[in-house]
Amino acid sequence: MDAFLHQIFSGLANGCIYGSVALALVMIYQATHHINFAQGEMATFSTFIAWALINSGWPYWAAFFATVAISFLAGVLVQRIILRPVEKAPVLTNVIVFIGLLVIFNSLAGWIFEHTIKSFPSPFAQKGMLATSIFSAHELGSALVMLCVLAALYAFFKFTPVGLAMRAAAQNPESARLVGIRVSWMLAMGWGLAAAIGSVAGMMVAPVVYLDPNMMGGILLYGFAAALLGGIDNPGGAVLGGFIVGVLENLLGAYVIGTELKLSVALVMIVGILTLKPNGLFGKHVVTRV
Amino acid sequence: MNKNIKIVLSVLLVVGLLVLPFLFKNYRVFQFNLVVIYAIAVLGLNMLTGFNGQISLGHGAFYAVGAYTAAVLMDKAGMPYWATLPFAGVVCFGFGFLMGFPALRLGGHYLALATYAFALAVPQLLKYKHIEGFTGGVQGIVLNKPEPPFSFRFLDQPLSADRWLYFFSLAIAALMFLLAWNLLRGRIGRALIAIRDHPIAATAMGVNLPVFKSMAFGVSAAFTGVAGALGAICVAFVSPDSFTVLLSITLLVGVVVGGLASIPGAIFGAAFIQFIPNIADEISKSAPWAIYGAVLIGLMYLMPSGVMGLIRTIGAKLRPAKASASARS
Repeated sequence: MDAFLHQIFSGLANGCIYGSVALALVMIYQATHHINFAQGEMATFSTFIAWALINSGWPYWAAFFATVAISFLAGVLVQRIILRPVEKAPVLTNVIVFIGLLVIFNSLAGWIFEHTIKSFPSPFAQKGMLATSIFSAHELGSALVMLCVLAALYAFFKFTPVGLAMRAAAQNPESARLVGIRVSWMLAMGWGLAAAIGSVAGMMVAPVVYLDPNMMGGILLYGFAAALLGGIDNPGGAVLGGFIVGVLENLLGAYVIGTELKLSVALVMIVGILTLKPNGLFGKHVVTRV
Repeated sequence: MNKNIKIVLSVLLVVGLLVLPFLFKNYRVFQFNLVVIYAIAVLGLNMLTGFNGQISLGHGAFYAVGAYTAAVLMDKAGMPYWATLPFAGVVCFGFGFLMGFPALRLGGHYLALATYAFALAVPQLLKYKHIEGFTGGVQGIVLNKPEPPFSFRFLDQPLSADRWLYFFSLAIAALMFLLAWNLLRGRIGRALIAIRDHPIAATAMGVNLPVFKSMAFGVSAAFTGVAGALGAICVAFVSPDSFTVLLSITLLVGVVVGGLASIPGAIFGAAFIQFIPNIADEISKSAPWAIYGAVLIGLMYLMPSGVMGLIRTIGAKLRPAKASASARS
């Protein structure tokens, strides 16, 4: 029973990570209707920045917040410089640009920080009072951090004027522009937020899977699955989707198919969701006008 | 006059291609082999993405399936290498057709996403322990390079295994390019382009959307699978880790560099993805991919129609000048 509970809890902890990657994807999808294939590599790159800061003697939490801020700025810059010129281009162009970003971030991480596998510190003491037989301190800690991020995001979108403006820009760009919202900058804000959320996810997952340039490859795939399961235009759904995918992955891995085929599980999930219920569990039904 | 020049140029090109392997060392010839093979794979992806507008980030997986089909047939069934190519094509056509079905419901990004997941999952599937008897697991399969059926010397160089395979791949590539050209220049090609540009209008004109789209997927996968089989024969080795998602991205780079929806562009794209990493490798291990990324984004801004688009633009600029010059004289 303990082992089963342990699987569930570590599934939930993984689910937090998947959920936050999914959340970052949803941020960009809502604003621009594009799926950001470079999300995982951007998060990995942010984690490398945090690693470099910590290694040069910064305290953990200072490095943490500095990384989030740097990632936010970098996200805004990427949108302004690289994505803005192709905003209205066909889907294929956008996918190719995203793939270009993916390989650039991946190779830059390898180039600057080298391909060796690095350990990344966890801020939560290994044998602290938080740890029990069912979950480790890091699992609980990272879950708490992710919940804080969620709460902060919810508050931001619900109670601040900028959050309101961003929602307006995503829902109805034309009307938003008419009431004086700078829609293009709101998209950039969305990119910044996505990059910041991604960096938190990266820093939380790095102590578990170790840091190397390809760290997020598989995680991004689960993030996709989570986002699709929850409905790609629904932030709350994405997080819930993350939890479901995390628990499902752990239980299937432990009791049914073993850990070797984990990525295939994600593939089956993605194709299955897309063909059977393309809007996800909580997504809006979209009707296209001819 | 113009026609004569064209004939002379084509003859020169063919002679050049035939003499080429005897001018270089074996390793270079091996690289030329890979260019020819990549050209077929890039052409396959271009039929789907360039002509039909279906975005696939998973063609490396079909390349892997083709390579493994050939390797398993040669290693386990003792088949001669040339006989494995049709099998690789048929198997990949089947896989592509099956992938084409969910693709019918997935537009744009979602298809890219599903195929990306496919490309990520394939190396893991190839390592799966219950099929290890066939695939050789993590170690992969080591093959023998086929010996040339006859031998002669030309320009003081013997017909080595690599040189023989160069001619073999070149013949297959010529056949595949001819097939693609024949397929795309007529009614089917027009239907595929119509689906890409306006699916609803295409349906209204009587194009059977599901059939054409899944057939395009199947044919495209078959081309890439044949390339994969040739690749396995030339490299004489297959292993799961040589077919990562990066291979799929490499093929996409080839398509974009050569030019979307251009048949001869595949050759330029293939040469690019074969030789640029070799040059860039000397700067840093990561440099090839940084360059790939920069080229992908740069081309999308500056030259969305790739090398072939550039050639066409230059040709169009030269022609009126020539016409007015001849009119004056």
